[in-house]
Amino acid sequence: MKPLSISVVLAALSFPALAADKVAVPPAEVEAVVQAMFKSALEDWKPRVGQDETQRVCTDTRNNPPDAEAAKIKARELASIAYPEDGNVMGDWKKGEKIAQTGTGGQFSDEPGTVNGGNCYACHQMAAAEVSFGTLGPSLLGYGKLKNFQAAENKLALAKIFNAQSVVACSNMPRFGYHKFLSMDQIKDVTAYLMSPDSPVNK
Amino acid sequence: MARTRHETRTAAGAGALLAFVLGLAGGVAAEETAADQSEKEIEKYRAMINDPMANPAFLNVDRGEILWKTARGSKNASLETCDLGEGAGKLESAYAKLPRYFKDADKVLDLEQRLLWCMDKIQGADLKEILSRKFSGPGKVSDMEDLVAYIANKSSGMKFSAQVGHPKEQQAYAIGEALFYRRSSIEDFSCATCHGDTGKRIRLQALPDFTKPGKDAQDTMGSWPTYRVSQSQMRTMQHRLWDCYRQMRMPAPEYGSEGITALTLYLTKQADGGEITVPSIKR
Ligand code: HEC
Repeated sequence: MKPLSISVVLAALSFPALAADKVAVPPAEVEAVVQAMFKSALEDWKPRVGQDETQRVCTDTRNNPPDAEAAKIKARELASIAYPEDGNVMGDWKKGEKIAQTGTGGQFSDEPGTVNGGNCYACHQMAAAEVSFGTLGPSLLGYGKLKNFQAAENKLALAKIFNAQSVVACSNMPRFGYHKFLSMDQIKDVTAYLMSPDSPVNK
Repeated sequence: MARTRHETRTAAGAGALLAFVLGLAGGVAAEETAADQSEKEIEKYRAMINDPMANPAFLNVDRGEILWKTARGSKNASLETCDLGEGAGKLESAYAKLPRYFKDADKVLDLEQRLLWCMDKIQGADLKEILSRKFSGPGKVSDMEDLVAYIANKSSGMKFSAQVGHPKEQQAYAIGEALFYRRSSIEDFSCATCHGDTGKRIRLQALPDFTKPGKDAQDTMGSWPTYRVSQSQMRTMQHRLWDCYRQMRMPAPEYGSEGITALTLYLTKQADGGEITVPSIKR
């Protein structure tokens, strides 16, 4: 775990914001409670319990980082993005649809070998025919069409899915590529589902 | 009025209605708009099913009463002298004021932690065995769930009165609030990701907003423990939070840990003044 300095600065920033009648608990004490809460975690699950710098800043500012912090997050997250080597960001939209529909993977209840899903429908409207969609994120109905099916926009969509916080600091959308939660092929497939003129999202 | 057990209710009656509910859920699930329709349909029948004559979770309440009154453990004692905060053996309104600070333990404890404390100190119970059945499953009853059902039911019809007067309660509340907003793991989730705004949903499931005190928190906290039709088991808030961390892609949280208690106190404070109607029944 690297910079301690950030959390110390932020603790100083965010504590005065608390109401006077509230008890301020030092971050280290909260972290000790967290560690005890997950003390039986398997070795390869332990890293999930901690926080990276972005998670820590977003926690300390309750997803409202000051402008300077937001700029730092976006720059850092942008730097994490990898693009397909052949430059082709569009995969198979049919496979992408399945990924958008799938909400399993990465849970302690999942069978070993479960392929992770992007679960986009948990938060977004996408194809018009799918009425079971969540509202935590904006509607993406007709997203590719809205962007005039431009190649540059396809690349931006892939970047957004790879790391949502490269665009919106402390977004509630998971950083799918950064965490390797979705593979590059999966991200390409979802990009195609979102952006392809053939995809039901744009019909 | 507190909704308490009907002495005339029979297990057979509950079983028949349960079969009806499950049949209903199964039938609708076969169609495409399953989640939507089954939730609506079950909502329609919920009022009717909340009848203690029919809710299978009242079987847990019955079992919990027996467990409370039966002498067990190396000390061959019942739990009837256990002080849940309102005085030895006093169950009425105990659940409405938990979690709270206990002087003898010098800690803030939730109901499960306090029960374990009493089982250990009063009964000399085999906690390892009891915790091996912390959550029920097919062919596995849970003493903890049954006791929680029995004790929570004794506060049914009463209002939550969250305890945040003692410095340790204030500290637990503050930790609970911090945990609520803490983002981590491989999808960057916190509790606030799903419960940080009003009127949002995941797929078609409405999400309660726990960032502010009021109706969302009151309706939610006041309806646990509950019979989960989808799981065919009665579940407690302890299990619900365990399930939330599962969905957050975190490891399983320790049962009866300080963190779970802190979160429960935070949520209970948000639900302060809300009416308790338990055990309820949910999808
Ligand atoms: C936990 C909820 C959540 C999930 C799951 C999620 N998103 Fe998002 N998404 C959001 C939120 C909130 C925003 C708005 C803030 C932002 O732009 O980051 C958003 C924004 C977006 C945008 C930008 C929309 C615009 O304004 O231009 C795209 C594109 C997008 N999501 C695609 C996806 C795709 C594809 C998936 C599945 C692989 C997905 N999202 C999964 C919550 C989610």
